[in-house]
Amino acid sequence: MSHRLLLWRRLKNQVFFTLLVFMSLIALFPLFNILWYVISRGLPELSIRFFTRLPGPVGMVGGMANAIVGTLIVVSLACLIAIPIGVGAGIYMAEYADDRFAAVCRFLADVLSGVPSIVAGLMVYATVVIWMHSYSAFAGALSLALLMLPTLMRTTEQMLLMVDTSLREGAFALGATRFQTTVQVVLPTAASGLITAVMLSIGRVMGETAPLLFTAFGNSFWQDGLNAPIAALPLQIFVYATSPYPQWQAQAWTGALTLLAIILVINIAARAFGRGKLR
Amino acid sequence: MGKTVVAEHLSAFFGEHQILHDVSLEMQANQVTAIIGPSGCGKSTFIRCMNRLHETVARATMTGRVLLDDENVYEANSVWVRRTIGMVFQKPNPFPAMSIFDNVAAGLRLNGIRKKSVLAEQVERSLHMSALWDEVKDRLSAPSASLSGGQQQRLCIARALAIEPAVLLMDEPASALDPISTLRIEELIEEIKCQYTIVIVTHNLQQAARVADTTAFFLSGEIIEYGRTTDMFTTPSDKRTEDYVTGRFG
Repeated sequence: MSHRLLLWRRLKNQVFFTLLVFMSLIALFPLFNILWYVISRGLPELSIRFFTRLPGPVGMVGGMANAIVGTLIVVSLACLIAIPIGVGAGIYMAEYADDRFAAVCRFLADVLSGVPSIVAGLMVYATVVIWMHSYSAFAGALSLALLMLPTLMRTTEQMLLMVDTSLREGAFALGATRFQTTVQVVLPTAASGLITAVMLSIGRVMGETAPLLFTAFGNSFWQDGLNAPIAALPLQIFVYATSPYPQWQAQAWTGALTLLAIILVINIAARAFGRGKLR
Repeated sequence: MGKTVVAEHLSAFFGEHQILHDVSLEMQANQVTAIIGPSGCGKSTFIRCMNRLHETVARATMTGRVLLDDENVYEANSVWVRRTIGMVFQKPNPFPAMSIFDNVAAGLRLNGIRKKSVLAEQVERSLHMSALWDEVKDRLSAPSASLSGGQQQRLCIARALAIEPAVLLMDEPASALDPISTLRIEELIEEIKCQYTIVIVTHNLQQAARVADTTAFFLSGEIIEYGRTTDMFTTPSDKRTEDYVTGRFG
């Protein structure tokens, strides 16, 4: 009796385990498919000139140098706007706000994170672009910053709440103010988690296309300052991929490969910092 | 030198829930006062009212007075209060992002002391006092997490002593430690009590009997009895104290 029961249990365990492995494989399939596809389609046009030249007319050799630089500029600018505000709000929610106000902030951040990216772009268009009478790197950065903000707020808050209360009390007991406790004890303890959160949010917005369509707009040449339209990799990929020219289409894949590589590097860096936290 | 701490008509609350009911107790300078009682009787809340840590918790309130040598703690600056009344917690809580040295120096730095020679001198002195110096002197820059539980607790004691408080509150400092580490901490209390007022919360009655000059027995947020430790354990005047110290409940 008990022996048969044991066999039955072991069988159930085995079936369940197999099922889970199978599900994981299905989940991973699209990822490897995308990776393989982008690499195989992107490699043929990969060359030094792709990274050094401006887009050329059809039939001429060109590259995406301006779009790569443009993406880095727009995303850096977005970080300059979003990181201080998002991390600051997260610190406030975790360390200062009372329960009720923190709950309101949390709810609003969640609502903001549900705003579709194209709506964020549209809003920046309706306010900043129309007001400045120009598409601009700044407007593009602002729309990306809007998308980064809610994630930064919530992940910062969560990272800080993971820091044990006993450490805060330990600092208080030494005569530290709440500010000193936050800056000298809580933030250093959560530092590697915070860096991971920030990097993941950067990787998340780097590939955004929709909010850039009518804010950064795109540019076939080097940008003319931050108040002028600027090229970005996702935009360039969009334009090239929907063009009728095979050469441009091939370059769109190379652009996609470049974008993927940048995001992969950021993610790996985030992982490395995250592992530092466990030590 | 230690300072006498006097609690007068102390009541403490978490929201609507009353933890302490009109508690008054005098903790003599340069003596060890033990606070004993079953779990949930308000011992920890009581000593957390001494250094105003109770009020840092959301929805926690209190009424009554705490005097530190005639100075009202609740009319003074809370930073000054916590500098003067140090605390050691139940669970060792060294700052994980800091080295051993930085942990002991943390309180000094928080209070604006930057001079390297002063820091080094004070850190060494404090580690000597907490009997940890010989074990860590060759690896002061190692992360604090590399120490054992007992060493971490002695590190926390050194951290609390480094800012030279007048009073040291200890909230079950040895409850998470093995017998040998416990013994070291008790020896430490014995050595430093001539300079400090020590208030120790403990579950361990033998520990109270070993280290304390005076003992107070708490039950359900009230003081049932307090007096000389020897009297408390041999001839308690209250039946409930007798039941507790003889192990009939708690």
